[in-house]
Amino acid sequence: MSAQSAGTAFSALLRRDFLLAYRRRAELLQPLAFLLVVTTLFPLGVGPSPQLLADIAPGVIWIAALLATVLSLDSLFRSDFEDGTLEQMVLSGQSLSLIALSRIVAHWLVAGLPIVLLSPLLAMWMNLPDEGLSVLIESLIIGTPVLSLIGAIGGALTVSLKRGGQLLSLLVFPLYVPLLILATSAVSAAVVDLPYIGQLGLMTAYLITTLTLAPFATAAALKLSLS
Amino acid sequence: MNPIMLFIHKTGSPPWFYQKTGYLIPWLWAIFLVLTAIGLYLGFVKAPVDYQQGTTVRIMYLHVPSAWMSMMIYGFMAIMGFIALVWRIRMLEVLVISSAPVGAAFTMIALLTGSMWGRPMWGTFWVWDARLTSELVLLFLYFGVIALYNAYDEPRKAARAASLLSIVGAFNLPIIYFSVEWWNTLHQGSSFGGDGPGIHPEMLWPLLIMATAVKFFYGANLLTRARLTLLKQDHRKRWVQDLVSEEH
Repeated sequence: MSAQSAGTAFSALLRRDFLLAYRRRAELLQPLAFLLVVTTLFPLGVGPSPQLLADIAPGVIWIAALLATVLSLDSLFRSDFEDGTLEQMVLSGQSLSLIALSRIVAHWLVAGLPIVLLSPLLAMWMNLPDEGLSVLIESLIIGTPVLSLIGAIGGALTVSLKRGGQLLSLLVFPLYVPLLILATSAVSAAVVDLPYIGQLGLMTAYLITTLTLAPFATAAALKLSLS
Repeated sequence: MNPIMLFIHKTGSPPWFYQKTGYLIPWLWAIFLVLTAIGLYLGFVKAPVDYQQGTTVRIMYLHVPSAWMSMMIYGFMAIMGFIALVWRIRMLEVLVISSAPVGAAFTMIALLTGSMWGRPMWGTFWVWDARLTSELVLLFLYFGVIALYNAYDEPRKAARAASLLSIVGAFNLPIIYFSVEWWNTLHQGSSFGGDGPGIHPEMLWPLLIMATAVKFFYGANLLTRARLTLLKQDHRKRWVQDLVSEEH
């Protein structure tokens, strides 16, 4: 087997994933529409009081982001698993962790980044004070990759199951707890003009840890699902 | 073959495991019952009441050992799961998956006794306090492992997936614990070590005896479950059929 360089494989996979994502545009928009709809439900449910909405805004936006991510995670490896592409990737001789990482990066770019881009709109709807907006965006930039990284482990573990979607949310939501706590507390602190750099620093540490470990766990889970 | 490797290979063999644990389990149950009887007598009858909490402090002798066990068993599952995945030892896969329901049960006992204790002390059954919340998240982690195991049709693959998930969970558990701790704290700090007021020996002894007793309960329950799982998985194999024909 001619060993292609890892970088070539990585970029080829990324290009393939973008092409696939572009051709399934409608599918990609579903989690984002879901994000908007869920956020709309909160003012309807708790009442339109601006102060109340501002108080719960960080939590609501982050929980909506978690839900939207989990919705898109089920398809992360599924179609590749079903049509045999995943087996071919394993047989290609390239590191499976690297393949997993490229899928995760692609997932973040098509599912995580749009959440970051939509967040100013959500912040406006939820009446989040202006001081909180930049921190909200920063927390989403640091946090959404972690959602994709941890979620990929769950996606890989459930890919060979017929009804993996519901199980997936049970597996990954408990693991998202630290992120949710840190992110919402950073935004809430920024709103009342308290220091928030500590929370963002811990989130970055969490990002680096998951970035180094999650691809290996995902690769192990993929191998297990294919066995 | 050196004695250690021989021991590992022997323990890894289901018939050997089944036979030897059969002798061990009654002893574990017996030690558990004796220790529990002593521990509960000392705790519920002999130990002094707390000057602030009164007699409700006695819930501690069930609550604290269960809470310790709930975390210890998850750590155990992760360690056994790691060994099972790396060296592909089937017996350990069985032990991981047999541990999960026991751990979940201890977590539930800790939560239930905790809320019974919380009602007279804090005036409410449930507060979103750090330790309560992380215990609840731990329960969800156990549920995840059990649900993942049950979702697979093939038992060995199921056990390996559950092992991997418990390793991932164990990595996250300290992070969850500290983030939640930092988020909100009402629960009293630990009475062990540190510079707190400490705990009176007459209360410490029943607590330590109970904490030891539940470990024997875990051992007995775990081995019983593991034996049943083995019988179920191997019901077509020769050694199980020999066993059944012996019984008749």
